[in-house]
Amino acid sequence: MTRLTDDDDLVRLVDHEGERTSDARWDAYRARAAHLSLSDVRDMFRDMTLVRAFDNEATSLQRQGELGLWAQSLGQEAAQIGSGRALAPQDYVFPSYREHGVAHTRGVDLAQILHLFRGIDHGGWDAQAHGFQNYTLVIGAHTLHATGYAMGVQRDGLVGTGDPTRDMAVVTYFGDGATSQGDVNESLVFASVNQAPLVLFCQNNQWAISEPNARQFRVPVGRRGEGFGVPGVRVDGNDVLACYAVMQEALERARSGGGPTLVEAFTYRMGAHTTSDDPTRYRTREEEQFWRDRDPIDRVERLLRREGAWDDAWAEQVAAEAAELGARVREHVRALGRPVSSSMFDDVYATEHAQVSHERQLFETYEAGFADGGAR
Amino acid sequence: MTSTTTRTDATPAVAPYPSGPTTMTLGKAINTGLRQALAEDPKVLLMGEDIGRLGGVFRVTDGLQAEFGVDRVVDSPLAESGIVGTAIGLALRGYRPVLEIQFDGFVFPAFNQITTQLAKMRYRTKGRTELPVVVRIPYGGGIGAIEHHSESPEALFAHTAGLRVVSPSNPADAYRMMREAIASPDPVLFFEPKGRYWDKASVDVVPFAVGPEAQPATLGAETLNRAVVARPGTDATVVAYGPSVHVALKAAEAAAAEGTSLEVIDLRTVSPIDFATVVESVRRTGRCIVVHEAPVFHGTGAEVAARVTEECFYSLEAPVLRVGGFHTPYPVSKIEHDYLPGLDRVLDAVDRALAF
Repeated sequence: MTRLTDDDDLVRLVDHEGERTSDARWDAYRARAAHLSLSDVRDMFRDMTLVRAFDNEATSLQRQGELGLWAQSLGQEAAQIGSGRALAPQDYVFPSYREHGVAHTRGVDLAQILHLFRGIDHGGWDAQAHGFQNYTLVIGAHTLHATGYAMGVQRDGLVGTGDPTRDMAVVTYFGDGATSQGDVNESLVFASVNQAPLVLFCQNNQWAISEPNARQFRVPVGRRGEGFGVPGVRVDGNDVLACYAVMQEALERARSGGGPTLVEAFTYRMGAHTTSDDPTRYRTREEEQFWRDRDPIDRVERLLRREGAWDDAWAEQVAAEAAELGARVREHVRALGRPVSSSMFDDVYATEHAQVSHERQLFETYEAGFADGGAR
Repeated sequence: MTSTTTRTDATPAVAPYPSGPTTMTLGKAINTGLRQALAEDPKVLLMGEDIGRLGGVFRVTDGLQAEFGVDRVVDSPLAESGIVGTAIGLALRGYRPVLEIQFDGFVFPAFNQITTQLAKMRYRTKGRTELPVVVRIPYGGGIGAIEHHSESPEALFAHTAGLRVVSPSNPADAYRMMREAIASPDPVLFFEPKGRYWDKASVDVVPFAVGPEAQPATLGAETLNRAVVARPGTDATVVAYGPSVHVALKAAEAAAAEGTSLEVIDLRTVSPIDFATVVESVRRTGRCIVVHEAPVFHGTGAEVAARVTEECFYSLEAPVLRVGGFHTPYPVSKIEHDYLPGLDRVLDAVDRALAF
């Protein structure tokens, strides 16, 4: 079953107590995070806090019947904000469906994510504008899209030019359960043989709904890259600075033509899989408490306090901002209307398809047969 | 981009491009359509297993890698889901991938990518995303193959909204339909009647320029939406597509010798289905027989029968009949001709319809 520990081979720059590590093995990563000032760390804390407030608000909205379902990112804020903040504007992300923190770093309006979970649309943000593709619910399917997109970037000559504003990396996020899918393994094959500019970022939150890591693999995800010829790295997913540094290295390798990297960010799903899940059926309170004590946001707070960069007035301001975000999201969701029924026929095809046109006409005739003309 | 693949042989001389009416096989017609598309649009690329140096197991992509290079005619790893999945990513990046699935029975590892991803991306993104991907699938039986090499899975895809599903029956259509499929902003499943790859006929090749001055030819989408009357007639309508059109035309010839006039409709597309052409015909003839190699149970014929019944009810002199595969796995090749809708089974159905 699960272990109440994490492994020694995880890249870690800040420990659970908020103290910077000195392990010489991670010097190269330490150097990559060295340019981050305490002000940058405060920005990371702010991002993580905002995303958590949004996440908690969404959970409440689901409980109140405003959302059909919600997939929490609770506990994974360091992995998402750390990696997301390492991205360049021209990079492109293919998320799974729990990457609300990464969405935030890409400038997606978090409230818009809830359209998907309220049943207003299927995730209709402008992917191109944000370099952040729509969520994919079929586990692992999007990792191949990312691989193909990266193959396109290669063909566009946007790898290895040496121009930091041009060279591009493509990132795909997925979970520990997804590593069992054929598509993820095929992505590793295609990315490897093509040396595609891709980062495969696995957030190992230790639970695929009710199934622990032991039901998915016997070799840690980060070490599986070797068999594919893809460099792999395991990082403490609750250490925002380490996630940033590891991601930065992988992105740089991709952009410079060095090929793909497999990153395993070892973290913990502090919440349920979704609001429909009940983790009390399959994991212990002891385990949940162990990881609550390792909350990634608390770790950043400890670091800031330890290094004299914590300021109560600033913290209150962040808290107020978070509360404001929650309120805005709530208001936004409640104001969302119902899509027009006949919109179900829109955008099935780019060009006219006789069957869709025929059925749309039948539906509209049927609707028009009601006394109110079917005006919905 | 860099590639580790190096060709050791000398690059063969590029064959001249045909232009205007040219006699060629159905396989060559598809090859010509692919070649023109590659020459006209640098965003077009081909991916599949063994399509490069070998030219595909049916040689449909013969010579194309030599002419356009390994980055545009790509020998992919042996993974169908990976082929379609990466093509989706390439299309999101602005490319127009044309994929080859080696055989009908090997498309299923890609079924998830095709039905949950390729078909729905436009819908899910409210029309913001187009995926102009063509999936070529040699299909159908009658060639004495071993299992998984003779199937007709088109209805499985036609059942999924967001895909166009087409199948040419002759070289001229194969060329034209391939050009229009590649130009289509929607994903197209392009079922190639492998038993007819070697049929020869005149193909009207659209003239085009090669080189920097090349302009993509202006193409409509006629063949992706419209059926065609392959042979006019008055006593009954035989609806077919792909390899079955050949059988239907032979049946019409045989019936004519006995004084029965069959109208043969080549559907060309199974999604959408051009019901207007079918309905117009059946209202005249009063009888309809649908022929395809795929099993009739839950198949394209059932869809045609239902719609014809709805729209031609008062014109019908007999129930709509279907001739096709049985609800069995594709049988061993020694008995496959009893499974396939051959001439005799079609004529038997015609007789039953006329005698009703």
